[in-house]
Amino acid sequence: MNHRYRLCMKTCFQTETKRMAEITIRDAIRQAIDEEMTRDERVFLIGEEVAEYNGAYKVSRGLLEKYGDMRIKDTPITELGFTGLGVGAALAGLRPIVEWMTFNFALLALDQVINNAAKMRYMSGGQFSCPIVFRGPNGPAEYLSSQHSQALQSFFVHIPGLKVVAPSTAYDAKGLIKSAIRDNNPVVVLESELAYGWKGEVPEEEYLVPFGKADVKREGKDVSIIVHGKPLRMVLEAADILATEGISVEVVDLRSLSPLDEETIEQTVQKTNRAVVVDESWPMCSVGSHVVSVISQRCFFDLDAPVALISSEHVPMPYNHTLELAAQPTVEKIVNAAKQVCYK
Amino acid sequence: MAELVQMVALSPTMDEGVILEWKKSVGDVIAVGDVLCEVETDKASMDYESNQKGEIIAIIKDKGNSAKVGDVIAILGSKGEDYAHLLPSPESSSSQTNASEAQADTTPATSGLNSTAPSPIGESAKTKKASPLARKLASIQGIDISSVQGSGPNGKIIKRDIEAYQPQPSRTSSVQGDTEIPVTGTRAAIARRLSESKFAAPHYYLKVSIDMTRIIAARASFNKKRQKNKVGMNAFFLKFVAEALKKHPMANASWQGDTIKIYGSIDIGTAVDRGNGLLTPIVRDCGNKGIVDIDSELSVLIEKVNEGTLRPGDYTGATFTISNLGSFGVEEFSAIINPPGVAILAIGQTKQTPVVDEKGEISIRPIMKVTLSCDHRVLDGAEAGRFIAYLKAAMEDPMQILF
Repeated sequence: MNHRYRLCMKTCFQTETKRMAEITIRDAIRQAIDEEMTRDERVFLIGEEVAEYNGAYKVSRGLLEKYGDMRIKDTPITELGFTGLGVGAALAGLRPIVEWMTFNFALLALDQVINNAAKMRYMSGGQFSCPIVFRGPNGPAEYLSSQHSQALQSFFVHIPGLKVVAPSTAYDAKGLIKSAIRDNNPVVVLESELAYGWKGEVPEEEYLVPFGKADVKREGKDVSIIVHGKPLRMVLEAADILATEGISVEVVDLRSLSPLDEETIEQTVQKTNRAVVVDESWPMCSVGSHVVSVISQRCFFDLDAPVALISSEHVPMPYNHTLELAAQPTVEKIVNAAKQVCYK
Repeated sequence: MAELVQMVALSPTMDEGVILEWKKSVGDVIAVGDVLCEVETDKASMDYESNQKGEIIAIIKDKGNSAKVGDVIAILGSKGEDYAHLLPSPESSSSQTNASEAQADTTPATSGLNSTAPSPIGESAKTKKASPLARKLASIQGIDISSVQGSGPNGKIIKRDIEAYQPQPSRTSSVQGDTEIPVTGTRAAIARRLSESKFAAPHYYLKVSIDMTRIIAARASFNKKRQKNKVGMNAFFLKFVAEALKKHPMANASWQGDTIKIYGSIDIGTAVDRGNGLLTPIVRDCGNKGIVDIDSELSVLIEKVNEGTLRPGDYTGATFTISNLGSFGVEEFSAIINPPGVAILAIGQTKQTPVVDEKGEISIRPIMKVTLSCDHRVLDGAEAGRFIAYLKAAMEDPMQILF
């Protein structure tokens, strides 16, 4: 079994190398976990369905065969329990990766994350560190209604002591998760169900993506669109449409939400003098609204127009599909907001 | 608890200062003794050293703004703290501004010189809507924002309007328009102090011509022996004036209202041009110093003037002042007394001049005309006459000093 898997992986890798290693975000995350588990035997994966079922979204496919059930650990449906187990293991010297099937279920585990993981280094006066990764899909997918369609980044970004990252390309996913596993602090990785299948180029040689560095995904001069996570795709599509109308868009992907790269935000707004912030979460006390506040503090005299915020509507997610889409950011909304701040 | 940082008097005569540069910014934590900003006082640019500590949460007077002593220039406190209630209410200050603006606005209308009707007083810069960026760009480029046409929503002025702005061409385009220069701290101080002096002190003037033959010869022979640091003529003037003041101390004095102060030390100021104003660096105690010492002190002071690093201690309290415009070819002039002194010596150009001597023979001599301006409240004509006669005699025959 183990042998057969390895052979299979080898063939996979060879084909991928020939195609300049264009892989899905799902595979990029698995590669990151796989490489770090090989590199450091203290790393292990724990969560619901991560072992026998290869992960609810097949992120951990093949890892049970490769590393065995001591390091790829299925749990009962007890988020608070297995998250607490992970925190305890981290304090005891291991480097757990806790997979939450989705962040909607992670609400049950927040006490362990906020009161234990985020506080231990501080409250022990530095005697304990808590090197743990919490990861899983965050944000709406489709047809899942209110309780299972939530973008909950604010819950984590709000808390000092946690680092929070939101990759939206295969390259960033692999590099950020490797950094997260190696970090000596609790790191929350916000993935996206609908983005697991997105493909992107990933180099064969090892690399890390540092925290606290936003990435300019597209350069432009007329308006900055600042985004994180899954809506990046909509923003890039909107930028293409706007380019045909003569508006040059600079797209900044925050990647790291905490720490936040305020310098890059300032630089892009100083360059374009106009900003649209896109966040698929709700507008109040959100990452998006915080970015708007950063812009108003650091770039007030560089602004030629009020900053626009495109977020989800402040409502529970409707089940009706038309309303579901209407409640979220769309390409059209982003295009219109960009035109508005350009007075076009 | 938020704390106010106020403008303090950085020189004894400073009422107001212009902030040239902030050395600290919002978010910086400052300690006692840290330099907060550089301030142009009435005489020099000075470092503002903090006597408070804490985190700067707001800067109230930006670079380029003027602040009266006591005005709030920054706020210390903790980030996010509300400090609005600590600031003076905007109504009181803005109503003053509005009043002066209104006055200014009516002036052209009453002049009646414009044949066409003056444009109606439009929206003022304050009420006209503009993006923060447009406002900033307009202020950098010196564009009056109220004269810009806005193309944004509801006529809002945005960046492209500033970029597209063309100033209205003047009808008499061949004539250079008027320029208004804001009065800086130095200029205001010069204006105030010298007006005070000229209006309060009854000036009178004594002129003499001094034959410079011997001084020129003495200086040339002295400098011949020196490889470098040749001694300048001004050091000679300071030295001879000091000797004359020793003999005639009433010219080294000050009117104090109900007393007259006669200074113990002879501290001579020399007016030095710095392009946009003048300063009078002082060589202290000239009475007890030789020409070489005076010359080297003066060189250091002039260097400080050029670098803008002169401190109030270097220019405050001259007991006597010398002003020399000889290098501009000025033959003679009358200077305004530099308070707190009671006399100033204005020195003209030294010029080859035909002179008739006692025997009725004409010879060519290097003649320098000097004018002593005197404050009659302290210095009467006869005493001033004795002073200047001594000075003339001593300079024409330097051996005099020894007697």
